[in-house]
Amino acid sequence: MQVPATFEYERADSVTHALELLERYGPEARVVAGGHSLIPMMKLRLAQPEALIDINGLAAELGRIAVEGGELAIGALVRHAELLESATATDLFPIFRDAERVIADPIVRNRGTVGGSLCQGDPSEDLSAVFAALRATAVIQGPGGTRTVPVRLFHEGPYETAVGPGELLIQLRVPVAPGTGSAYEKVERRVGDWPVAAAGAVLRVEDGVIAQAGIGLTAVGAAHFCAPEAEEHLTGRPPGAEAFAEAGRIAAEHCAPSADQRGPADYKRHLAAELTRRALATAAGRI
Amino acid sequence: MRITVTVNGQPYTRDVEPRLLLVHFLRDELDLTGTHWGCDTSNCGVCTVQLDGVPVKSCTVLAVMADGHEVTTVEGLERDGELDAVQKGFVECHGLQCGFCTPGMLLTARWLLDRNPDPDEGQIREAISGQLCRCTGYENIVRSIRWAAEAGR
Amino acid sequence: MSYGPMHRKEDARFIRGRGNYTDDVRLPGMLYGAILRSPHAHARIVSVDTSAAEAHPKVRAVITGQTLAGLNLAWMPTLSQDTQAVLATDKVRFQGQEVAFVVAEDAYSARDALELIDVEYEPLDAVIDARNALDPGAPVIRDDLEGRTGNHIFDWEAGDRARTDALFEQAEVTVAQDMIYPRVHPAPLETCGALADFDKVTGKLTVWCPTQAPHAHRTLYAMVAGLPEHKIRVISPDIGGGFGGKVGIYPGYVCAIVGSIVTGKPVKWMEDRSENLMSTAFARDYHMRGEVAATRDGRIQAIRVKVLADHGAFNGTAQPTKFPAGFFHVFSGSYDIEAAHCEVTGVYTNKAPGGVAYACSFRVTEAVYLVERMVDVLAAELGLDPAELRMRNLLKPEQFPYTSPTGWEYDSGDYPKALRLAMDMAGYDKLRAEQADKRARGELMGIGVSFFTEAVGAGPRKHMDILGLGMADGAELRVHPTGKAVLRVSCQSQGQGHETTFAQIVGQELGIPADDVEVVHGDTDQTPFGLGTYGSRSTPVSGAAAALVSRKVRDRAKIVAAAMLEASPDDLEWADGKWSVVGDPSAGRSMAEIALAAHSNLELPDGVEGHLDAVTVYNPPNLTYPFGAYICVVDVDPGTGQVKVRRFVAVDDCGVRINPMIVEGQIHGGLADGVGMALMQVMAFDEDGNHLGASFMDYLLPTAMECPSWELGATVTPSPTHPIGAKGVGESATVGSPAAVVNAVVDALGPYGVRHADMPLTPANVWRVVNGDPFRTDLAIP
Repeated sequence: MQVPATFEYERADSVTHALELLERYGPEARVVAGGHSLIPMMKLRLAQPEALIDINGLAAELGRIAVEGGELAIGALVRHAELLESATATDLFPIFRDAERVIADPIVRNRGTVGGSLCQGDPSEDLSAVFAALRATAVIQGPGGTRTVPVRLFHEGPYETAVGPGELLIQLRVPVAPGTGSAYEKVERRVGDWPVAAAGAVLRVEDGVIAQAGIGLTAVGAAHFCAPEAEEHLTGRPPGAEAFAEAGRIAAEHCAPSADQRGPADYKRHLAAELTRRALATAAGRI
Repeated sequence: MRITVTVNGQPYTRDVEPRLLLVHFLRDELDLTGTHWGCDTSNCGVCTVQLDGVPVKSCTVLAVMADGHEVTTVEGLERDGELDAVQKGFVECHGLQCGFCTPGMLLTARWLLDRNPDPDEGQIREAISGQLCRCTGYENIVRSIRWAAEAGR
Repeated sequence: MSYGPMHRKEDARFIRGRGNYTDDVRLPGMLYGAILRSPHAHARIVSVDTSAAEAHPKVRAVITGQTLAGLNLAWMPTLSQDTQAVLATDKVRFQGQEVAFVVAEDAYSARDALELIDVEYEPLDAVIDARNALDPGAPVIRDDLEGRTGNHIFDWEAGDRARTDALFEQAEVTVAQDMIYPRVHPAPLETCGALADFDKVTGKLTVWCPTQAPHAHRTLYAMVAGLPEHKIRVISPDIGGGFGGKVGIYPGYVCAIVGSIVTGKPVKWMEDRSENLMSTAFARDYHMRGEVAATRDGRIQAIRVKVLADHGAFNGTAQPTKFPAGFFHVFSGSYDIEAAHCEVTGVYTNKAPGGVAYACSFRVTEAVYLVERMVDVLAAELGLDPAELRMRNLLKPEQFPYTSPTGWEYDSGDYPKALRLAMDMAGYDKLRAEQADKRARGELMGIGVSFFTEAVGAGPRKHMDILGLGMADGAELRVHPTGKAVLRVSCQSQGQGHETTFAQIVGQELGIPADDVEVVHGDTDQTPFGLGTYGSRSTPVSGAAAALVSRKVRDRAKIVAAAMLEASPDDLEWADGKWSVVGDPSAGRSMAEIALAAHSNLELPDGVEGHLDAVTVYNPPNLTYPFGAYICVVDVDPGTGQVKVRRFVAVDDCGVRINPMIVEGQIHGGLADGVGMALMQVMAFDEDGNHLGASFMDYLLPTAMECPSWELGATVTPSPTHPIGAKGVGESATVGSPAAVVNAVVDALGPYGVRHADMPLTPANVWRVVNGDPFRTDLAIP
């Protein structure tokens, strides 16, 4: 069996402690929570951190899901299974239920975390598209305090995020507004696989027209996991099949998929359009 | 690093390297070889054990992460000589052939039934969807878990 | 009295986590091995520097190809009269090939030390697409073989070319189709590995290894290593699935043995999953062109096939010696066809060696897929319902025993009955009506039919051997004084439940409960010689041996019973599990009573020494021919190409079912295999020979979510040659089901004019097929 190379291990007992440890060990330290992305990479020796800082003990600080100040706050240490089972989150935003049901498998979901998924920065990651569609805000804590970054600016490239050295992603905040519907559509080669392509949609309708649209795309090379041109097309229009299809077409036009074992680029581009259309239609039906 | 892990109700203290995987801790340090390993990428699920009552893939958990926690392995399912209903179900319904995925399946089945004593076929299939079986085509695993659900009513 | 569903004896240990698999075996002082593998598909080895690894404080030995060359062990024979590098000396010939072996005090250190070995390679052009292997300028992969100037391995043909060609020339209708049966891997959940323990004092070598053929391994180790065979003991403990992938000897096994000899300690080597997928036996990789000649009213007259077989870098397929393409020439299938002809060309490529492995009954899988796809292609051409076309051409019960155009003698069957049963169970006509409704609404639903005839139970010794070892199996049976019995057999279960089924056979023959029979297997020091468990041969061969050795014991028991009853043996009859004087059943003697008497001071007739035991060797007079009819129903999402298998009906006829519960379990597993191969499993390569399915993240196996609830039916046509009429069933469903799934998907895509699509039918491939632009599923997507 593949095994990781050696490393130092520290267990954080608070966020402050975690930050101290990050500072002490420097840039070759990695934070580990669920470990389902990092540990396989370490076993393949594609990642060889000098130290692991285990934040699994910080559930009290980072494991909460709550509505506060007009926002849904999701702690970075919330496990996928917890988000899936959170009525608070999924009643407000069914997109979480849609997405979490198809992220990895139930056993991995018991362990993997929301924050870990985002911080891995994998260009095929599902929640990145979900939070992009929701226009969430990432809360990042560092030695100097906390700062916020719009999720749409969180990913700076494949496997690169806005979380700097010595910092920790602690929370995602999602604005809550009435009249909102949301949905997620994913095509995978097999249950539990990473997406061939997936699309999330969030629609807020006021007075019969779309006041705001959010479209998240993953695995198709969409910049920042979103489709602003398609969103713009929808804004101000009444929700309807034609508008959704056009939005899908626009979204597909602006993404840049690449071929891999999950499928050729033209197919993924097709899926960007098709799944955007489907997600929008489902989201509209849920308002 | 010195850790204490409670496995099947019994605390074990060992000095381990931080990189030691939980599956190897169980197999090599504690000689509990009922927990198997089958891949390196947390896809096959034959290494599934319960960590604080929740099934996890022990090939992707470090032993040090289990320090101070409770682990249940297949060896801990039988209590006072009495098999767990899921163990009985797998025998009754021919839910295993080579037996390699069986321990992990049993632990997930137990967890499922603890949360949902009367799961339907779809719920059972979803619950075991992170665990591969190459022998049974899953049919009899589903039936075995249903048998255990019926037996537990 | 013992046949029927019976809970498995094996389960008691497995459900408690007390199975004993190879990696569970620990010996005092045991060391751990790890293998350094080639990152290149084809490269010359310039240098191997092991000094840093040797300096690792926990490393006990580093073995390279040069080390082995000094022992004359750098190369080993394959199961197909070729040679394979144990550790590369001159070149590496596939990605993942074994280059060096580290022995260390613990498994983690062994892995660490691999990173300290410095190998300098000079990369060479690789042959990845088998279709380019015979090009004049293609790189020569096997320049180690004297006089070798190209990558050609063999040409082989079967059938009557002239008669077949003549029928094609006169035919009213002909169809042709190219198809790939892509490279797949059996991927048992337990990987391969070995624990070798060489005792320098006694000279005894013990090897624990999950082998499906422990006796063949022992003999081959003796031949390869020059060790005396009586000093070699192979123990195959519980096996976590085999499916054909654990038949051959892998370089790692030899390395573990050498490691133990070199260090004087037991050495365990277990491969990881990537090593398993990259280097152990693959299956299929057949590039086929099928043609069918028929009358306009749907009478199939002739079939011919050309195959390009990708055998990888070393010809290591595991099939009987006379059959370089396995039993592929059973490709005329279940139909009454006048003439057939096939040509198979085997080539080397820069991929892992292997072939045959994976529940395929020596390439009956490829043959059935070919003919069942071709029948559907013909049905589409003729505008006939594929079930109806099959019904018109299936062999009739009165034609058995039937000699096929390529020389197989099918033993028995009622094919139309099985297909009718499957159609009734599926509600075939209703399904077709539903499909028509759905098509009118733009929905894609498909119904796929396949019918297969298997050829299993290799085999008659005069026709079948592996490396000169005839494929007959021994059995030994001993009845203890209290009437409890121990059966020793050569075959080895990988989950098939031999401990239960074989006990039922003995129980049935001796009139004792199956619970009173212990089955010993998997240890060459404890069991008689035989060729092992693969090709669905356990019940057809070792099962027959178990029945016959039981009958020998029963015949001896008759003599003892005659002495007990003070009667002539000629006056005794066997009834209700007792020997009794004809007409006086009340005074019968049970096997337990006879066993005690046989061990007592009872005076026995001359020529009977006492005790109650027997040995036998079973040499099957013919193969057995299980068959079945499968119907698959799929729904295809036209917007995404996703396929959902909605229903799967499987009617199997494997002759007499000893334990129907186990038989059904075997079928369930094979059906899942079929869904997996048809929809997701493939080992594809990029142009540099990088393996694109080297972990379970990319080599996808079906989960409970992709599998429907299987609907099984049965007909029973006993084998006329097998002593209890059984035919073997382990691979039937893997053989028969892929075609049903593919036929269903192609049927669903009928509105797009699609007649064929290659496996695996991933969403991407389905979408591409619909758009008229399918891709090569065995190569990287362009």
